[in-house]
Amino acid sequence: MVRLENVSKQFRSGALALQNISIGIEKGEFVSFLGPSGCGKSTLLKLVSGLVPATSGLLSVNGMAPSNAREIMSFIFQDATLLPWRTVFENVGLGLELEHKPRAEREEKIAAMLELVGLTHVAQRYPRQLSGGMKMRVSIARALASRPQILLLDEPFAALDEMSRDRLNEELLRLYLEHYWTVLFVTHSVAEAVFLSTRVVVLAPHPGRVAHFVPIDLPFPRTAETRLSRSYEDCVANVSRLLRSVQALDGVAS
Amino acid sequence: MNRQLWLALNSLIVLAFLLAIWQLSVMLLRVPPYMLPGPLVVGAAVVSRFPALVQALLITAEAAGLGLAGSIVAGVSVALVFAQWRWLRRLLFPYTILLQTVPIVAIAPLILMWAGTGVTSVALVAFIICLAPIIANTTQGLISVEENLIHLFLMHKATASQILFKLRLPHAMPSLFVGIRISAGISVIGAITGELFAGSSRVGQGGLGYSILYASGQLETDYLFALVLAATVLGFTFFFMGMLAEWYFLHNWHESNRSDIPD
Repeated sequence: MVRLENVSKQFRSGALALQNISIGIEKGEFVSFLGPSGCGKSTLLKLVSGLVPATSGLLSVNGMAPSNAREIMSFIFQDATLLPWRTVFENVGLGLELEHKPRAEREEKIAAMLELVGLTHVAQRYPRQLSGGMKMRVSIARALASRPQILLLDEPFAALDEMSRDRLNEELLRLYLEHYWTVLFVTHSVAEAVFLSTRVVVLAPHPGRVAHFVPIDLPFPRTAETRLSRSYEDCVANVSRLLRSVQALDGVAS
Repeated sequence: MNRQLWLALNSLIVLAFLLAIWQLSVMLLRVPPYMLPGPLVVGAAVVSRFPALVQALLITAEAAGLGLAGSIVAGVSVALVFAQWRWLRRLLFPYTILLQTVPIVAIAPLILMWAGTGVTSVALVAFIICLAPIIANTTQGLISVEENLIHLFLMHKATASQILFKLRLPHAMPSLFVGIRISAGISVIGAITGELFAGSSRVGQGGLGYSILYASGQLETDYLFALVLAATVLGFTFFFMGMLAEWYFLHNWHESNRSDIPD
């Protein structure tokens, strides 16, 4: 579904953000990218989305160049990136509107998406009247409205408190199981990465490169119970150890 | 609410106090009224010449309003062009500063020479003085959109015009209104300046600027004060109308107009 072969990204400033990244992601995988700051994990998502061009290497999404595959991708940003002058309803419909979908179809889809994320009751509110968690839900609803096959999420829950974050994690997983998306998820939280993913990619910084692939074999559906299980804790401990080793490496290098 | 009422009352008391000092000094120091009329004399002038005053005010209001409206239309258009083509902005933006630094008093006679006396040239002077704040503020608003929002639009394959009109323009509305607020006040100054040179824009009728010239020539200082008062009221009215429009367009979503607390 998503293939990267020896992809590198060098910024105009000369800094090497990513070096020789090779990853193949199959349909239906939930892959988290985990790493200390400076490992280029956000840049990686921007490359896959085609928003930022790669300096070298091969990149394909569903067999196409990333910028031609935008119909099947949705990007969810760290801040909810809602338009403050639009109501929740109008924000969810933004993508459909930009794609010139007819009004009736738009309204039907928006209503369905609001139902899905449990925000029907605030449809006519403006973003400033919402809590952080609600804003993120609107952002998710907006992303899902265009029926993507691939979801790109760039630290979407980083700014939220732990409770909202856990709840949104569980909701995201529920939706993931229903829709069978391919998900690329960037985070700096080990617990979040382990809870959500079928595979965790640990990146090393300066320059950003793949350090470890860690398959997560916890059974689905994963719920709040999962977080209490022994196997989950082992996974978290294992990934934390790998992340620390990567960080230690960086300490030596710099 | 009580607190606001109290504050309003306080400022009224201060005003009354200042007027009383003015009136007393004029009386006690025996200042001749053609040098400095007391507030009572000015008040009498306002009442006795009310129709002429209102007429002058309306004439000036028309020119200032035309100039302001024109500057909003032209300024927003220029800003949209600047936002769309960065090289053009880099090339031409410095010249908009020129608009602000050129002394309007110096070019007003030129404009009159070219456009003739009348409401057109008076409005043109107001237009020129209003243009720079509109262009500068709107351009700033249009180009200061977060990168992620642009990326969001690009992910939905938005066209350049969709990004401009569905993202940049609404994002620039608060900045545009900052510009309008500045320009609303100075549009009146521009119109009066224009009228000082244009004289009577219609036969037998003159705006505030023309009347100010006339009153000072005749040493009708009480009327002069009344005219200054009228000019102030007009400027304030324009400013207030700008604020009202701002509230109407932005109160739903913008933080500066926030009145309720999110739940």
